[in-house]
Amino acid sequence: MRKISASTIIYSVRKLCMEACQDLDPQILAAIKDAFKKEKSATGRQILDEIIRNAKVAQDDKLPLCQDTGFAVFFVELGEKASVIGNLSDAIKEGVVSGYKHLRKSIVAHPFQRKNTFDNAPPIIHINIVPGDKLKIGFLPKGGGAENCSFQKMFLPIATKEEVINYIVDNIKLKAAKACPPIIVGVGIGGTFDYSAYLAKKALIRPINSPSRDSSIAAMEKDLLKRINKLGIGPMGMGGSTTALAVHIEHYPCHIASLPVAVNLECHAHRYKEVVV
Amino acid sequence: MSKNYEIDLPLKEEDIKNLKAGDRVLLSGTVYTARDAAHRRFENAKKRKKKLPFELKGATIFYAGPTPSKYSGRLIGSIGPTTASRMDPYMKMMLKAGLAATIGKGPRSDEVRKMHKKHKAIYFAATGGVAAMLSRYVSSARNRAYQDLGPEGILDLKLFKFPVIVAYDAKGGDAFA
Repeated sequence: MRKISASTIIYSVRKLCMEACQDLDPQILAAIKDAFKKEKSATGRQILDEIIRNAKVAQDDKLPLCQDTGFAVFFVELGEKASVIGNLSDAIKEGVVSGYKHLRKSIVAHPFQRKNTFDNAPPIIHINIVPGDKLKIGFLPKGGGAENCSFQKMFLPIATKEEVINYIVDNIKLKAAKACPPIIVGVGIGGTFDYSAYLAKKALIRPINSPSRDSSIAAMEKDLLKRINKLGIGPMGMGGSTTALAVHIEHYPCHIASLPVAVNLECHAHRYKEVVV
Repeated sequence: MSKNYEIDLPLKEEDIKNLKAGDRVLLSGTVYTARDAAHRRFENAKKRKKKLPFELKGATIFYAGPTPSKYSGRLIGSIGPTTASRMDPYMKMMLKAGLAATIGKGPRSDEVRKMHKKHKAIYFAATGGVAAMLSRYVSSARNRAYQDLGPEGILDLKLFKFPVIVAYDAKGGDAFA
């Protein structure tokens, strides 16, 4: 058994929070620069240019890319031959409290009482047990604006791929302009009601330009991306051909009676970072 | 064809008349931050005939909640617009009280767009997710009210050439259409 101390986890999480909120993923930056070359709308190009400049200012001024530094969402893989001295969830929470000192505290303690917790805790933690003796912590600070534009539907099991694609495109047409486009579209298909939403979120952390390993699903991703970018929504909803940077679909077996489809939207300020402890 | 303007706040009648959806504007002057929780308090204050923390007549509200600053002597870190449509339910009340302009992001309801024509007001869109860059156009920030709301408290901000696009003008024009 490999032992990992809680303090190592606290330190790693603190660092993850601070770095992820400041540094734009190089792949996202490359995709934005590529979109800038192709975008025909003058306003669209101006907005893409602001996004490119912002990434540099965030580095130079040591500031968060976006003021919404999000709900702290974690994807944790704990090796079955690794054991944490102390409590893993508590250590992650403590890392968040420490890492968010200079980030925005965006969490209220109760859905109706709505008093700020003033430390951005609690985080949301998904833990999976995997082979090996490592601990992998993935951190996704999730902004509220794009999250609010997410949607889900329990389809009949006889639904076709085309029906699902139409449902996704129709809803993106209604909602994407409020999700800070160009967006990343995370789709979860299959499992249960809750699991499809989990898959949709997990789809967001896949590196962009990495299609699904299932060729029929990869074709669906490609088709969706093409159709979404034909909607004309454009950067910040002001018109143009750059509405989405990527569509990622994660899928899972279904119950004979169901076909859940969940879609989680992510803004262009996509922040994800992971560390192996 | 969209035009470029540099405008000093508060907005003048002439500015409101000239601005067209799609125009690019650099705003300078005072704005107040207010978002969801603050608007709820405005509504409660109005119901009880109490004064709001600032004069709404002619004012510009920036729908924003900044990050805190790392440095002493500076109040805010990154700042940028939040989704404006969440404040739509309050717009009738706010525009009736004389609010001249708002800064946010994303389209709003058709009803709210039409209110901008009726009340001669402007909705400016700023780019979301570029808050590090936008903070360079904020020359000062002061606490004004509701600090118990944390990032949702009201700040007096002085903008200097802050870049926005006219999203809804006072003639019914819509930059999202």
